[in-house]
Amino acid sequence: MLAFELTVQGLVQGSIYALIAVGLTLVYGLLRILHVAHAGLFTLGGYFGVLITNATGSLPLAILVAMVVVGVLGILVYRLCYQPILDQPPYVALIASIGLFIAMEEIYRLVFGPFGISYTDAPLTDTVTLATLNLKQGEILTMVGTVVLIGGLAVFAGRTRMGAAWRATVTDPAMAESFGIDVIKVRYLNFFIGSALAAAAGVLVALLNNLVEPTMGSVPSYKALAIIVLGGLGDVRGTLIAALALGVIESFGTIYLGTILDRDAIAFAFLIIVLMIRPQGLFGRA
Amino acid sequence: MEYTVTLLILMGISIILALSLNLITGYCGQISLGHAAFYGAGAYCAAMMTKAGIPFGVALLAGTALAGALGVIVGLASLRVRHDFLAITTMGVGFLFLGVVRKQDWLGGEMGIFAIPDPGLSKTAYMVLVLVLAALVAAFSLYLKRTWMGFAFDAIADDEDTARMVGIDVPRYKLTAFAMGTALAGLAGGLYAHDIKYIGPDSFSFIESITILSMVVIGGIGSVPGVIFAAAALSVLPQWLQFIAEYKLLLYGGLLFAVMRFSPGGLAGMARGMAARARAGGAP
Repeated sequence: MLAFELTVQGLVQGSIYALIAVGLTLVYGLLRILHVAHAGLFTLGGYFGVLITNATGSLPLAILVAMVVVGVLGILVYRLCYQPILDQPPYVALIASIGLFIAMEEIYRLVFGPFGISYTDAPLTDTVTLATLNLKQGEILTMVGTVVLIGGLAVFAGRTRMGAAWRATVTDPAMAESFGIDVIKVRYLNFFIGSALAAAAGVLVALLNNLVEPTMGSVPSYKALAIIVLGGLGDVRGTLIAALALGVIESFGTIYLGTILDRDAIAFAFLIIVLMIRPQGLFGRA
Repeated sequence: MEYTVTLLILMGISIILALSLNLITGYCGQISLGHAAFYGAGAYCAAMMTKAGIPFGVALLAGTALAGALGVIVGLASLRVRHDFLAITTMGVGFLFLGVVRKQDWLGGEMGIFAIPDPGLSKTAYMVLVLVLAALVAAFSLYLKRTWMGFAFDAIADDEDTARMVGIDVPRYKLTAFAMGTALAGLAGGLYAHDIKYIGPDSFSFIESITILSMVVIGGIGSVPGVIFAAAALSVLPQWLQFIAEYKLLLYGGLLFAVMRFSPGGLAGMARGMAARARAGGAP
């Protein structure tokens, strides 16, 4: 039964990874930028989640506001930070993004304090028993929320005109533009959706840990980079599979490899092994 | 006086470290986000050896050699993956190093290694040793630039496929760059361990890798004077001005971002731009 419990715990963690990594892989697919500062927006989502829930008592409202505000900030990050350096070699945007991320963490520390904040009355902490499995309501919300958000994204990308324009731009920006698609608008949309998903992940992590702290984005940030590389950089389906797989591998790894490797290194050990065998990632095409 | 000596030691170590990454990232164009792992490997190796009673000089060389050997292994990865993939792989190496060290009781685990033996030099003599080594590394960097190998590095950094096409043995030069750069990082690690007398996993975290990278990038990727200047300034300023120490990471992060956003050539690029404008006779 342990195996089943570990798998479910892994899927909860994997859902969070998926929400963060999808935004990253969307940005990479469109602009070839490794957007490290994405995790800074994830942290900010967590802060909004806790602050708004504490102020109004409504978690759904907090999730909604966090997603919209952080989504708009995502657009601003693109407009002010990335757009002017798109024609530089790729490492320029990567290093700028790392710098931005570190600065963001420091700003959170200065603004919100170094020790983090919690829900005054933490919602959804009751335990639900499914057969032999004990799950917190927050964990169920995490999994359901991830399915709803990613499912919604799939419907949007697959069934709407805007979604079609988006996919066309990712496949061939020049061709899309010549068909009258406003490529800049697509980029804004891309950053809005990716950042909003990260914000949702931030609120959910805040719920699971009942804590938001300035550095809570660090580990997910680097791990999400590993995930999108495993998923084949820019491939949404590969990223989702890699995120869930990594969540499960980690939860087993902590039990069986815990004495030789710490949890956060498992992801990178897995990453390095995969890249040495398949340099284009698990699901990438050569 | 004592305080100045401490600062100069710290500065010398930072210069060696930044120049070592400059060989890999600046000269050969291979981005590395895990340089602190080699710095750490050298530090741990040297510290364990002097604790076991082996003389300081031997331990320092052994740390250098171990870091260089690990660097060749990671260099092999750079033959498999490129650009963004390499950046993430080297970042992974950094986390893997930390993840392994944290769990090894014989390396002190989370607590790190305390009471590293004194190298048997006075503080001032140690400073002279560090500064001489830093000067040697700088001289070596400048010399390398003028050799055939420096040219080959340049060609690889510029365009790997073209370099291959004109007959440059790309894998060999990449491995050489990694071996030299990481070995020098190991040297810096051994010097650091015997200066501070304490090392732990947190001394070699991802933030440390980024700190080293920011010295290279802010100074100007590939520019020896620029990198030396940035390493000296960024290592000493937070110590000098206490109010900067509080905001050290904000400063590093902000500068890193600002330099990339507004002047990707770093300080060296800015200086070149200004010199060119001055030569043009003040014309805009």
